[in-house]
Amino acid sequence: MNKVSDCFRVLRLNGRCALIPFITAGDPDLETTALALKTLADQGADLIELGVPYSDPLADGPVIQAASTRALGRGVTLEGVLEMVEEATPSLKPPLVLFTYYNPILSWGVENFLGRAAQAGVSGLVVPDLPLEEAAPLLQAAQAQGLEVVLLVAPTSSPARIQAIAEQSQGFIYLVSVVGVTGMRTELEQRVPGLIAQIRQVNQKPVAVGFGISSPPQAAQVKAWGADAVVVGSAFVKRLGSGDPAAGLQAIGEFCQSLRQALD
Amino acid sequence: MISLSSAQPDALGRFGLFGGKYVPETLMPALEELEAAYGRFRQDGAAQAQLQGLLRDYVGRPSPLYFAERLTAHYRRPDGQGPLIYLKREDLNHTGAHKINNALGQVLLARHMGKGRIIAETGAGQHGVATATVCARFGLECVVYMGVHDMERQALNVFRMRLLGAQVQPVAAGTGTLKDATSEAIRDWVTNVEHTHYILGSVAGPHPYPMMVRDFQAVIGKETRQQCLDLWGGLPDLLLACVGGGSNAMGLFHEFMGEPGVTLIGVEAAGQGLGTDKHAATLTLGKLGVLHGAMSYLLQDEYGQVLEAHSISAGLDYPGVGPEHSFLKDSGRAQYASVTDQEALAAFQRLSRLEGIIPALETAHAIAYLETLAPQLPGNPRLVINCSGRGDKDVQTVVKALGDLGSPT
Repeated sequence: MNKVSDCFRVLRLNGRCALIPFITAGDPDLETTALALKTLADQGADLIELGVPYSDPLADGPVIQAASTRALGRGVTLEGVLEMVEEATPSLKPPLVLFTYYNPILSWGVENFLGRAAQAGVSGLVVPDLPLEEAAPLLQAAQAQGLEVVLLVAPTSSPARIQAIAEQSQGFIYLVSVVGVTGMRTELEQRVPGLIAQIRQVNQKPVAVGFGISSPPQAAQVKAWGADAVVVGSAFVKRLGSGDPAAGLQAIGEFCQSLRQALD
Repeated sequence: MISLSSAQPDALGRFGLFGGKYVPETLMPALEELEAAYGRFRQDGAAQAQLQGLLRDYVGRPSPLYFAERLTAHYRRPDGQGPLIYLKREDLNHTGAHKINNALGQVLLARHMGKGRIIAETGAGQHGVATATVCARFGLECVVYMGVHDMERQALNVFRMRLLGAQVQPVAAGTGTLKDATSEAIRDWVTNVEHTHYILGSVAGPHPYPMMVRDFQAVIGKETRQQCLDLWGGLPDLLLACVGGGSNAMGLFHEFMGEPGVTLIGVEAAGQGLGTDKHAATLTLGKLGVLHGAMSYLLQDEYGQVLEAHSISAGLDYPGVGPEHSFLKDSGRAQYASVTDQEALAAFQRLSRLEGIIPALETAHAIAYLETLAPQLPGNPRLVINCSGRGDKDVQTVVKALGDLGSPT
């Protein structure tokens, strides 16, 4: 079972550019995260990326760092996140992609973690501090569990690296749209369309563009550049984390809808 | 016994299980570029001559190997046994610590790579000062990330860096110490990698840093070998150095890795005690993990979240450790011990009064381990301690811990 690949197959048949919202698990709390998954699914998310809070999120900007710190402060653990996911996924249509740094996986034990994640209904993994050279153990073990490990391409990646990463990436190819960490930007990197074209030349897997996209016009721009999917993170995390849970849920629902409209 | 070849990481940058490159993809091309540039730099005769010249005329190398007569007498037992203690005086380097050896090497490398902006992380401020110094020397823009807690306890070094023209960027995240400053420096590098070189200050981080920083610090061990030959015509019996990330220890050890007769001992910070949660004894109590780009031993909780370290010494206050140290521990080539804040404070005073040398609190950890080690050593073995830095920067911290000491006792 490769739910992420299958999802993109259907999206392509329908000519639909996928919307992938990202939220940090446990911010403001895991109950709200469970409700948020449902809200996002109802408001047009095609896949959902769920961030696991980590003490040292090297690839994240201030918004997601702060959300991680808040969640960890409330005692949120990877185990707790997977328990919540296990309850949520049976009624959740969009495939769930877990975004986690490597150390919590390593600490759990790669095999044990993958087994538990698959059991909980996780469909894919993004591990931002695990580049191609270090990913082999995870890629092989995940395949055995039916989990797809998505690798990242950056604007700094050489053509040779892009080709090798694209070949190994499972589910889709995650194109980091900025030279930098996650977070909202006013300007999109002008190299993105060229990078999408470069990936297309060497591989037919779907390309999702993320990092720095925070508004419907930016999402529409990325779609126009030819992306198969748009990932929006910090802009969701900020809306969900500020104020009370009910207001946060309403805000992300409306925002998700507005992004969906921009992509349709 | 270990072969010389295992002192070099493999093609993936690993010392056995440890090391590697656990960084976002954005940085991978920069690490490849750095590795290639460093390879050329090592072969470049003119660049090496420039480095050697600056190490001599600007840093003041070679640093002396000093026989600590009164410290030796202090540990001499009634039957005349006890170690002959020598101090490798890295505290006499320009800027007052071993850190300048690496900063100077990397700034020359950055110039070769055509990078005009330099960033660094710092804990105690010694690496930050060294980096700010070499950036001033070569007219490069310099940003140093430093935890807010460390800025407070190392205020003197903050002022020095600013005086040297560096921008000191406070990091309030986490505990506001070296770990958080390093994370923030890496984020800066991810963002500005195309025109910025990151001068990492320890034998930590992703490959090639652990190897490269060690190589730039290896001058310590090379000089020590020659000085031992000049003084007594042989090798030292034991080497002793403090370990936070572990650069001064690797710098001293590396030259002697293939000499099985030389015992290598690293000393970590036990903070308020190994039985408490306030320590920085990564090799003693850590588990395998990944932090700041490398697989190594790591202080972490049961869920793989990185724990806060604690040490009275800002330079040792780090939950990770260089991957080669993890390798040396597992292979048995080096031994690692730990001493508490209190023991380090006592050694800080002991060395001051017995030798007229005020050591850095980091260095005081190595000195403190003599209390345990010296009584166990039979005969009169020759023991070299890396006196890695001077203690002026720590006087405020020590005043806070000990009071004003009153009249001499």
